[in-house]
Amino acid sequence: MKRTTFNQRALAYLLIAPQMAVTIVFFLWPTGQAIVQSFQQEDAFGLHTNWVGFANYQALFADPSYIQSLEVTVIFTVAVTFSSLIVALLLALAVDRTVKAGPTYTTLLVWPYAVAPAVVGVLWWFLFNPTIGPLPYVLGQMGYNWDHSLHGQDAMILVVIAAAWPQVSYNFLFFVAGLQSIPASLREAAAIDGAGPVKRFFTITLPLLSPTTFFLMVVNLVYAMFNTFPVIHATTQGGPAGSTDILVFKVYEDGFVGLNLGSSAAQSVVLLVIVIALTAVQFGWVERRVQY
Amino acid sequence: MAAITLEAVGKTYTGGVTAVHSIDLDIADGEFLVLVGPSGCGKSTLLRMVAGLETITSGSVTIAGRKVNEVEPADRDIAMVFQNYALYPHMTVRQNLAYGLKNRKMAKAEIDRRVDEAAKILEIGAFLDRKPRALSGGQRQRVAMGRAIVREPAAFLFDEPLSNLDAKLRVQMRGEIKQLQSRLGTTSIYVTHDQLEAMTLAHRLVVLNGGAIEQVGTPIEVYRKPASTFVAAFIGSPAMNLVQAQVEGSTARLGSAVLPLPEGVTPGPKVTIGMRPESVKPVAPGTEGALILKTAYVEELGAHRLVHGQVEGQNFVCALDPEGEVGDTLTLMPEPGAVHAFSAETGKRLG
Amino acid sequence: MVENRPVLNFLAHLVLIIGVAIVAFPIYVAFIASTHGPTDFLSGLIPMTPGHNIWHTYGTMLTDGMKSSGMPPLSLQMGNSLIMALTIAIGKIAISIISAYAIVYFKFPGRGIAFWLIFITLMMPVEVRILPTYKVVAELGMLNTYAGLTIPLIASATATFLFRQVFLTIPDELMEAARIDGAGPLKFFWDILLPMSRNNIAALFVILFIYGWNQYLWPLIVTTDTSHYTIVMGIKRMADVTDAQPQWNYIMATAILAMLPPVLVVIFMQKLFVKGLIETEK
Ligand SMILES: Nc1ncnc2c1ncn2[C@@H]1O[C@H](COP(=O)(O)OP(=O)(O)OP(=O)(O)O)[C@@H](O)[C@H]1O
Ligand SMILES: [Mg+2]
Repeated sequence: MKRTTFNQRALAYLLIAPQMAVTIVFFLWPTGQAIVQSFQQEDAFGLHTNWVGFANYQALFADPSYIQSLEVTVIFTVAVTFSSLIVALLLALAVDRTVKAGPTYTTLLVWPYAVAPAVVGVLWWFLFNPTIGPLPYVLGQMGYNWDHSLHGQDAMILVVIAAAWPQVSYNFLFFVAGLQSIPASLREAAAIDGAGPVKRFFTITLPLLSPTTFFLMVVNLVYAMFNTFPVIHATTQGGPAGSTDILVFKVYEDGFVGLNLGSSAAQSVVLLVIVIALTAVQFGWVERRVQY
Repeated sequence: MAAITLEAVGKTYTGGVTAVHSIDLDIADGEFLVLVGPSGCGKSTLLRMVAGLETITSGSVTIAGRKVNEVEPADRDIAMVFQNYALYPHMTVRQNLAYGLKNRKMAKAEIDRRVDEAAKILEIGAFLDRKPRALSGGQRQRVAMGRAIVREPAAFLFDEPLSNLDAKLRVQMRGEIKQLQSRLGTTSIYVTHDQLEAMTLAHRLVVLNGGAIEQVGTPIEVYRKPASTFVAAFIGSPAMNLVQAQVEGSTARLGSAVLPLPEGVTPGPKVTIGMRPESVKPVAPGTEGALILKTAYVEELGAHRLVHGQVEGQNFVCALDPEGEVGDTLTLMPEPGAVHAFSAETGKRLG
Repeated sequence: MVENRPVLNFLAHLVLIIGVAIVAFPIYVAFIASTHGPTDFLSGLIPMTPGHNIWHTYGTMLTDGMKSSGMPPLSLQMGNSLIMALTIAIGKIAISIISAYAIVYFKFPGRGIAFWLIFITLMMPVEVRILPTYKVVAELGMLNTYAGLTIPLIASATATFLFRQVFLTIPDELMEAARIDGAGPLKFFWDILLPMSRNNIAALFVILFIYGWNQYLWPLIVTTDTSHYTIVMGIKRMADVTDAQPQWNYIMATAILAMLPPVLVVIFMQKLFVKGLIETEK
């Protein structure tokens, strides 16, 4: 807030009203609904709702398909986060070394961020198509029989690649910015002290890059957990046999397709807790960064 | 043009900090009044209450006979020059000057006339079509002044307008502001923490300390008769020497030195003696009642030299002509009438 | 710094060239596929060189769509996507900038609560509250409307915080000077604040345009009427229905058209894009 402020209160309320209205009607109210419904159950005809305490949650965690979904989510999230981070870091380090061509490479590497995850999914779905796709053909030559509609592992690899692909661009940009913000004098001092490029990377660059890395890790975890719905929906639809059924896809399927209100609501609340935890970590980090 | 009156003006911020305690001031029409004091003493707060940027929590402010406590800044007929100039970065110099006039629905021809006139006075005509970013610090400062001038207000309010300039430019702009003010004859309140700026600009000085007035007077009055040790130490450079001494009749004793006290100092056991560095002069060694300064180091300033050291274990500085060698000890005598006495308890002036 | 390591430099270029190739490969294949006729895929492997059907494929998709699978013409879907992207981008910027203005430049009871309410929406992605939000939209009669497509997505904590940050870095004295110059709150906003935030608005616009264009889940659930399909969700419906014998040339043409606008935006406004991306993550 400013030292001096305007005192037209009515105007202030008017200015903030649209944001508040949308926030309350489409964010807070539905979230509240989800929380309430997670403690309720509808009867078979949808006429009565009863309070059932934690029954929905108990049912949820007793459901093997939900447990599988949790496991799948962990594998998927970790795989997407780490593969996109490592590839991006490698590219960023390479760009950092090139002097003149850097901006050109950057332009050629950032645009996948703009491609909709759903479109990315369809592209890789096509590339990996077992009958006509070029990648299964190459794999077949190497003796691997690729079929993501039958093998869960193939399906997982497919969705991880599709989800990580646009995210590499994003991470790349932040790594480049992070590398550029490391004062050249530090690396120069290390070079004068006789540290070679590899040693410099591990003793100077990587530690100084750790705030960026940590920040990106949280952002990527959130992305992989919550924003990858289109990738799954446009490709495997959670299959085969639930092998790519991540939590956000399951909540949609059970609630929107299966119309299982109580379970879907309980799943929503679980997701909510996860986002809150990740946000807390992220903001905790921001606080710490401020103190540097 | 107008007189400004402050009656028991006070400010307590939400949160409980009282920045200004009940201040009374009469500022005459056309007067150049300078508020001076250390950082945090409430100068800006007081000025901003006059401007209408801070609410007044007690007392009243009157501009040209009109009580303005509840009047919006725009309607107080004042113009303000800020320390960081607060020029609108996306507008050209001309637009910056014209903005306040346009908002007042002034005729285009009149706006142009005033802008051109101000540009001429301040010699900023050459960059009227530039953005502030493309100006030097000094030029920006002029534009900020120009924005105040075109308004032809009842009063100018300045909040440390020269603090962001380098030393040389500051001296130059100081002179220009002084000339401009006497030419326009506009009542002005000027805030600074630089005592030299205050001395050179002011018709009258107000020394503030901790939100209250320590002393009001012309620069010479304040220099010659500081009302307290605070003022004594604040006005004048290098600062006045303040040393503790014993009262013996109508004199003060400091080790072997015996100093005459001004008339009317009531005897007490202790007193704070003030002597300006430039008003003590060397005398022949062994002179009766003289101060003995043990020199520590010397600063050569060209026109004179400052000798730092101790008298009876208390820090002391004197300004001497830069001739000859400086020995390990100096024998010094204050000029007649140059000894100030202050209460050792309250710091208030005695006599 | 003098450093003579040709091997490392070579490696750097190698890594980058491989990276660029990996990034470009899917698009290349997609484009090639879109230039072939439907029968070219029956032979087994996707052809790797351009075919001759490009004008036919894109022409058909843009003007007729795919009647067999109920796909409206892509021109219509792209129009819908454009409406959605622009409405979301402009709407988010507009309501965020005015609420940030209220929060930073006004003092009013409930200011703190408003700030926190906006803040906690950060923790409520649509995926988490999908069903109840859908119900609210349905009850408000906003299914299959442009309002339903856009308004629920228009609140933005990120944009509000961005503008708040921008406003906080604008010196206090500027507002004070403007007040002395006789500008009221609306005039100050319009004459000073808005022009001064121009770059931030542009950067944010680029990011939000991409965000709006790429929306998938939301249009998927609130539009059932083909006249409101957006291209990003339409592509999936097309792939679905034609599952028996996917007409890959048409699907890939759709994919190319779906990614073209946001990709062009990123390439031609790269500076703003990078600025927007980095600012919104602060
Ligand atoms: N908005 C505020 N809320 C609470 N206290 C404040 C506020 N603004 C200023 N103060 C306090 O009021 C006192 C006077 O502040 P003011 O800005 O008037 O000082 P100043 O004399 O102008 O100092 P400087 O030379 O550093 O500008 C200070 O102690 C300051 O901490
Ligand atoms: Mg101040």
